[in-house]
Amino acid sequence: MQVEKQFKPKIVAFCCNWCSYAGADLAGSSRLSYPADVKIIRVPCSCRVNPLFILRAFERGADGVILCGCHPGDCHYSTGNYYTRRRMTMLFSMLDYLGVEKGRTRVEWVSAAEGVKFSTVMNNFVAKIYELGENVKLGDLRCKK
Amino acid sequence: MQRIGVFVCWCGSNIAATVDVERVAQVMKNEPGVVFSTDYQYMCSEAGQAIIRNAIAEHKLTGIVVCSCSPRMHEATFRKTAQRAGLNPYMVEIANIREQCSWIHKDKEEGTEKAIVLARAALAKVMLNAPLIAGQSSVTKRALVIGGGIAGIQSALDIADAGYEVDIVEKEPTIGGKMSKLDKTFPTLDCSACILTPKMVDAAQNEKITLYTYSEVEEVKGFVGNFNVKIRRKARYVKEDVCTGCGACMQKCPSKKGLNEFNLGLNKRTAIYIPFAQAIPNVAVIDATQCIKIKNNKCGLCDTVCAAKAIDYNQQDEFIEREYGAIVMATGFNPIKLDKFNEYSYAECPDVITSLELERIMNAAGPTGGKLVKMSNGEHPHDITFIQCVGSRDISGRGKCYCSKICCMYTAKHAMLIRDKYPDVNVHVFYIDVRTPGKNFDEFYRRAVEEYSVDYIKGQVGKVYPEGDHLVVQGVDMLANEQIIHKTDMVVLATAIEPDPTARKIASMLTASIDTNDFITEAHPKLRPVESPTAGIFLSGVCQGPKDIPETVAQAGAAAVKVLGLLSKDKLVTNPCVSQSNELLCNGCSMCQNVCPYGAIGYEDKLINDHGIRETRRVAVVNEALCQGCGACTVTCPSGAMDLKGFTNKQIMAEVDAICK
Ligand SMILES: Cc1cc2nc3c(=O)[nH]c(=O)nc-3n(C[C@H](O)[C@H](O)[C@H](O)COP(=O)(O)OP(=O)(O)OC[C@H]3O[C@@H](n4cnc5c(N)ncnc54)[C@H](O)[C@@H]3O)c2cc1C
Ligand code: SF4
Ligand code: SF4
Ligand code: FES
Repeated sequence: MQVEKQFKPKIVAFCCNWCSYAGADLAGSSRLSYPADVKIIRVPCSCRVNPLFILRAFERGADGVILCGCHPGDCHYSTGNYYTRRRMTMLFSMLDYLGVEKGRTRVEWVSAAEGVKFSTVMNNFVAKIYELGENVKLGDLRCKK
Repeated sequence: MQRIGVFVCWCGSNIAATVDVERVAQVMKNEPGVVFSTDYQYMCSEAGQAIIRNAIAEHKLTGIVVCSCSPRMHEATFRKTAQRAGLNPYMVEIANIREQCSWIHKDKEEGTEKAIVLARAALAKVMLNAPLIAGQSSVTKRALVIGGGIAGIQSALDIADAGYEVDIVEKEPTIGGKMSKLDKTFPTLDCSACILTPKMVDAAQNEKITLYTYSEVEEVKGFVGNFNVKIRRKARYVKEDVCTGCGACMQKCPSKKGLNEFNLGLNKRTAIYIPFAQAIPNVAVIDATQCIKIKNNKCGLCDTVCAAKAIDYNQQDEFIEREYGAIVMATGFNPIKLDKFNEYSYAECPDVITSLELERIMNAAGPTGGKLVKMSNGEHPHDITFIQCVGSRDISGRGKCYCSKICCMYTAKHAMLIRDKYPDVNVHVFYIDVRTPGKNFDEFYRRAVEEYSVDYIKGQVGKVYPEGDHLVVQGVDMLANEQIIHKTDMVVLATAIEPDPTARKIASMLTASIDTNDFITEAHPKLRPVESPTAGIFLSGVCQGPKDIPETVAQAGAAAVKVLGLLSKDKLVTNPCVSQSNELLCNGCSMCQNVCPYGAIGYEDKLINDHGIRETRRVAVVNEALCQGCGACTVTCPSGAMDLKGFTNKQIMAEVDAICK
């Protein structure tokens, strides 16, 4: 009999150094838990995240990708997150069209003071990914072992 | 081939309680590229750092991964450790297994697995790290202060006092700003001129300070430590270095119709004028729009009477260029215009005035010689009504959404000064809230109510209109819940304040950011309140947000300290994590330049050897001293020519791969 493997989603969270990464640190020092499926990659600004990184993540089998930056108007580099917002709106609707559902991608603004928000956002996002299940659409077979 | 060392920290039990640190170290030992891996109680301690240093030497490590607390905590520490052991400090990567792992996961199995993935991601990244050398740039040891109000004067005095050269550019013919127009100042009620004019004189006499009055900043180039600024010296038609300020010209000038700006247009002045008796510099200036000689080539009287021969009707604007290491913004504020507030009849009724106008009327050197009179007929008023929050805390869009902060206090001041000098005058104040936080401030306001019997009415005013010789104020008393129709002789409007209209232009020249109200934004609202996010730009006074004089002076001093910290350096270390364009790939499209918030990208025509084809192409060149490393350009670049050192495409992709494995 075949044992069904338990679904353990792979979730990549890009966090800008100045706000969201610090927000994640605050969630940590406040001991506000969120699932271990979330792995954070630190980038200087949300605008450093090239859409290609997100495509790559899905190709490699990620089940969700979330991008966090400073609140609009608060970007450490003044305007970075405005570019992020526009780029990601485009990318996410394109991904949705390709079959990577909107629920698998998300942009959130989390400030350095919003530890609670960081943890809530991650909990919600992960719950959504569990609901959607494994991402099969973009996964590149050559990347799978 | 990289030789990587992995160092897993227990952080006492902070990490070790929910992450099996030994297992992490063991697993990492077997990863390709890793030649050494260990764990220790406190990696950041001297003993822990010694382990790292020894391993670097012993195993000839080319890079290290430290699995520990957040890089925001100890990245700098471990970079220094690496450097001490002879390793390039940028060959260090941190896996955050405390804040983002051990502290949030309770299950040790889960925590350990995640820690291993995070360590692998850091390893994948460090394998692609390249040694980076922080650049250096020089510092011009001279500061520029834009705006010569109390903020600018104080910053300049403090900078000069430490021995550095500083120039003040002031657009008006004299320094002094709004404070020079005030009569007495809260909360001590000392005379404004008595405390300000000595400072103005100090600024003029200080040999380290150069004043460029009647001047404006035209253009700013360069970056922190190396600004190049073009200053326009507007034509005064009077030779500044020759004029003695005797004032003979003002006595003779027949053109007397110019509005006296210093008295806010409450009276007239001659075409050639010195703004006020204590003006610095004490030099005349000709208002070309009023001068008969300049307009019609007649008259010329001032030239005849000037014993010093200082008049020059043909003077032109001059431009000078100067180098600066740091720039202080001190452009201050103005009361808002009242054209959207017709309900107060300000434009029609001379007896409806603003608070700043009242300052001039109360001032002995003002248009009425300091006598409180109705501007309409020169009569003594018996009843005065103040209206607070005119245009402040206004979300209708007509005014300003913020609290102007100083109006509650100066209205209490005005009310008290009037009651003190003219006990027969009844004083009423309409207010929304009275806000008086500050040392001795609430006591000050209570004195107005308790000792001086000023009648404070909580409520807004809907309308002010003239009726015969009087004014009628229509409002509500919110506490008594009744309508008020009050007959009064004078109405004083505590108008909202806003940043100087030039602030936006100056900010964009400096690439300093401003908020939706045009106040200059600070680098951090709490921790870096006097710096702009743009390196080398500092903020002083009301240009950053509403403030009274004590706060302005404190901030001016703080800005000066930051300037001095910068000027006292011989070299500036620049962040090496900057963008770089690959000349072979760049097509010179300018997309990157458009998104760079710091103007860090320029273009050069370069001779490129593209696989044997030699041609001159326009390519993007990043100024490393200006680039702050946000990465906006890297994503925008359609040819994939731009990459960010320290966060390269390959590095981030490698992290993604490691996490998704
Ligand atoms: C009616 C009234 C009463 C007040 N009473 C008190 C009081 O009793 N006590 C108290 O503590 N505070 C009082 N204040 C507040 C006080 O006036 C301010 O705190 C203080 O003047 C702020 O100084 P500043 O240098 O920041 O701005 P400002 O005084 O506005 O100075 C700015 C200077 O910069 C110049 N400038 C602007 N733009 C440029 C440019 N682009 N290039 C060159 N120069 C430029 C301006 O010409 C000006 O000289 C009062 C304010 C008002 C309106
Ligand atoms: S990384 Fe940011 S600051 Fe640097 S050149 Fe690119 S856009 Fe400008
Ligand atoms: S966006 Fe890319 S191709 Fe265009 S100028 Fe900049 S570096 Fe060159
Ligand atoms: S630095 Fe946080 S979004 Fe730009």
